[in-house]
Amino acid sequence: MQVTVNGDPTELADDATVADLVAARSGGHDRVAVALNGDVVPRGSWPATRLSPGDALEVLAPTAGG
Amino acid sequence: MPSLETLEAAVRASGTQLVTVALRRVEASSSASMLEVLDRCGVRLLPNTAGCRTAREAVLTARLAREAFGTDWVKLEVIGDEHTLLPDAVELLDAAEQLVAEGFTVLPYTTDDPVLGRRLADAGCAAVMPLGSPIGSGLGIRNPHSIALLRDAVAVPVVLDAGIGTASDAALAMELGCDAVLLASAVTRARDPEAMALAMRQAVEGGRLARRAGRIPRRWHAEASTPFQGLPEL
Repeated sequence: MQVTVNGDPTELADDATVADLVAARSGGHDRVAVALNGDVVPRGSWPATRLSPGDALEVLAPTAGG
Repeated sequence: MPSLETLEAAVRASGTQLVTVALRRVEASSSASMLEVLDRCGVRLLPNTAGCRTAREAVLTARLAREAFGTDWVKLEVIGDEHTLLPDAVELLDAAEQLVAEGFTVLPYTTDDPVLGRRLADAGCAAVMPLGSPIGSGLGIRNPHSIALLRDAVAVPVVLDAGIGTASDAALAMELGCDAVLLASAVTRARDPEAMALAMRQAVEGGRLARRAGRIPRRWHAEASTPFQGLPEL
């Protein structure tokens, strides 16, 4: 299925969860947050949250800034 | 910062207890080792909502930061103008009220308007953080009178946030009654960040001491410190 991750069209397995996406995209960060269609997905819900075609996701990690 | 080594040296020299961090798309984020450095320094992380332009964006960013960092403290920043990066007062107060209601400890970056500062404190913000001048400008505290009025207008801590260019700006903030300063560019863009971080620490300590010691009133004319009594006729 196709979803949008951080603004880019991305192809994922049909049974993909938020946890699968984070594992693939977290870039070594453990402090990661995920927004799905404009709402926060709490960390504890990542494994049970199945994605659907057309979902828009933001996968975020810390950066320096005042 | 030029390097992680410089970052660590500056954080340690400054004596700071709180370091702000932001959330960005993972491809554009800092390396995970930056967080390791900050963890090693023993500082508390304060997530910000930098780049947000509406209350809706800022509230969502704060919720995401709470997930990522496991803290309900947030530096609330809602920008209303891309050139000056000045806060949008209307969106800021709206976001502050929502986040306080959700249990966040809200530290808002605000203008130096004492009335807005009081409204933010009344809304339940844990502190107010007025700018001295625009973010990254290094112009110091352009309106010390407003900062002093704001200090008197609220009972919560006042943190001078933005505009500090050098150590004397930090000292002035503390002399005006601020409880702390928040700064980044003045250290990260200094020729020697570690030395400037130490200068900031000493300036904050000096300014705080001077505030507590009580400055003398200003006078128009001179007042001799050597007595005239007993002056010989020569």
